[in-house]
Amino acid sequence: MYDSPALEAALDQKESKIAAKDVQVFYGDTHAIKDVSIDIPEKTVTAFIGPSGCGKSTFLRCLNRMNDTIDICRVKGDILLDGEDIYDKRVDPVQLRAKVGMVFQKPNPFPKSIYDNIAYGPRIHGLAKNKADLDEIVEKSLRRGAIWDEVKDRLHAPGTGLSGGQQQRLCIARAVATQPEVLLMDEPCSALDPIATAQVEELIDELRHKFAVVIVTHSMQQAARVSQKTAFFHLGNLVEFGDTGQIFTNPTDPRTESYITGRIG
Amino acid sequence: MTDISQTPSNPPKTSIHKTDERTKKRNAAERRFKAYGIAAITAGLLVLVVLVGTILNNGLGAFQQTFVTLNVELAEAKLDKKGNRNIDDIKKVSTFGYAPLMKTAFEAKVEELGLETGLKSKDMAAILSKSAAAELREFVLEDTSRIGTTVEFTFLTNSRVDGYMKGRVTRESIANDKKISAAQLDFVDQLVAAGVVEKRFNANFIFGADASDQRPEAAGIGVSMMGSFFMMLVVLVLALPIGVAASIYLEEFAPKNWITDLIEVNISNLAAVPSIVFGILGLAVFINYMHLPQSAPLVGGLVLTLMTLPTIIISTRASLKAVPPSIRDAALGLGASKMQSVFHHVLPLAAPGILTGTIIGLAQALGETAPLLLIGMIGFIASNAPDSISAGLLSPNSAMPAQIYEWAKRAEPAFYERAWGGIIILLIFLVTMNTIAVILRRRFERRW
Repeated sequence: MYDSPALEAALDQKESKIAAKDVQVFYGDTHAIKDVSIDIPEKTVTAFIGPSGCGKSTFLRCLNRMNDTIDICRVKGDILLDGEDIYDKRVDPVQLRAKVGMVFQKPNPFPKSIYDNIAYGPRIHGLAKNKADLDEIVEKSLRRGAIWDEVKDRLHAPGTGLSGGQQQRLCIARAVATQPEVLLMDEPCSALDPIATAQVEELIDELRHKFAVVIVTHSMQQAARVSQKTAFFHLGNLVEFGDTGQIFTNPTDPRTESYITGRIG
Repeated sequence: MTDISQTPSNPPKTSIHKTDERTKKRNAAERRFKAYGIAAITAGLLVLVVLVGTILNNGLGAFQQTFVTLNVELAEAKLDKKGNRNIDDIKKVSTFGYAPLMKTAFEAKVEELGLETGLKSKDMAAILSKSAAAELREFVLEDTSRIGTTVEFTFLTNSRVDGYMKGRVTRESIANDKKISAAQLDFVDQLVAAGVVEKRFNANFIFGADASDQRPEAAGIGVSMMGSFFMMLVVLVLALPIGVAASIYLEEFAPKNWITDLIEVNISNLAAVPSIVFGILGLAVFINYMHLPQSAPLVGGLVLTLMTLPTIIISTRASLKAVPPSIRDAALGLGASKMQSVFHHVLPLAAPGILTGTIIGLAQALGETAPLLLIGMIGFIASNAPDSISAGLLSPNSAMPAQIYEWAKRAEPAFYERAWGGIIILLIFLVTMNTIAVILRRRFERRW
């Protein structure tokens, strides 16, 4: 929707940011993700679509090791970030998550002021040398989160007092503030109304110029609107992965076609 | 199954303006249930009113005491025979040496007021508390320059006179009483009329020390209050950090396996262990094995810490659990470490619950008597307030509930009133602590 044909053509030349190879995920005895291999390119929005319970969120959470917090979850296979295995023993998941930020389904601002919400990441990672520096990061992040104009007069009001859409943009701004390289979004618009959704989508398109963005979504229209690459998951398998235009107009797998036309899912 | 087949296929038309049988039955059942509820609450309130009423009725008397004001001539001939004001010589005069002063003071008073009484001065002085002479002696030793002057001094009366003033003792009830006679009561009536004997607020009950069996009028709860205070200090300093640290570890960091399950079950079980068991454990471990001083608030505090820990751990874990996981996810997603997410976000949100749990745990510990019986914090122990923190922790003392128990079991009826008065003070503390807990929870409760 926002893309020029030239940009689409250039996609294949972009190097891959995250490369996953033969990834398996188990929840206890349940085999949640089966043999998923995917290359997520740099500076591109990649959408994961698929019916509920197909494993797209699970896979997303593997990319910054958020699944580590679930005791019964086991991950096999390789996931490389810039060529480095993120499940290597030497990797500290905390350090990884600073590079691979995440925005969740439900807006979850900290019950603190708007300023403190944004400043938290830079503070714990030591990104600001002094107060002025921090102020600047907060303003830049809020601007990038497309929420600056709405909150600039009440930076010290609680973040929980904002509307749902504003809260989600605040959370995106908060994720951006830690200067990640990849931004993972787990159904970021599912709790939002259409207007707020449009704002967030516009924002995602902006963010693509800085980061690799991976977005899980239930809405095929959303995937079509914001992403350049789309991956279709079904029952824990990656069925099809390709350019968004191609997936929606000319899918190669019959299952993808059934899902897109509304026959499964 | 058969019922269904027997129902007519076309049910008769009914009006919704007429309640049918089933609806009537259901409504009646609901009304009955509401009535049970109201009856239960009314019964509860009634019992509470009776309880509070009884406590106030029986205990308020302890806050008032009967006093006699006399002009006492501190005769040099009796108190300092050598006349050199040497403090050591003056100290040699025991309370027996002071007794005649009070007799003389009574004689002077009777003469001054022109009272007619058949009592001898010895019997007049007998209406005073047995501690009167000691009080006067202390007053003189405080400042020896008082010797030789005549001072106005307020004495406690004995518990019989006090009881007579409060209506507990009557002329009929003392028929066989050796401590007081009807003639003495007549004398008291005369003194009351003259304004020499009167009931006044008794600060000594709140701040003073316990007194021996013979002097209930001089007994106060103040020193055992200090004992309770030092125990609570120990409990707070030990139980809060240990309990909170244990809960944070168990809730946020510990791997979920059978060992943590076992620990969890045991903590819940510990919360249900009778407190006297903790008392005997304290006796065996802290006193017999570790040789800590007997009857010391330090030991009491340690025992109560053991007792309070499960309460604090359970309530802390509950409030940690109540923090939504989305907050943890948010922090972790930003690259915060587990510890940062707990200390920066989870703990502040759980703090009101933790504080409430701690205060309620402390209130429970404050009212606990049984374990104190076993470590010797009961009986007539401390007659002086501790003068330092280490003395407060290590010197023998009692605690408020133990003091109340002690008073309640003494034979002298005047102690009975003091036990009730002690309960009032204890209840004031407990209600205050619970109110603080409620206020803290309301104040710091955050929504997300």
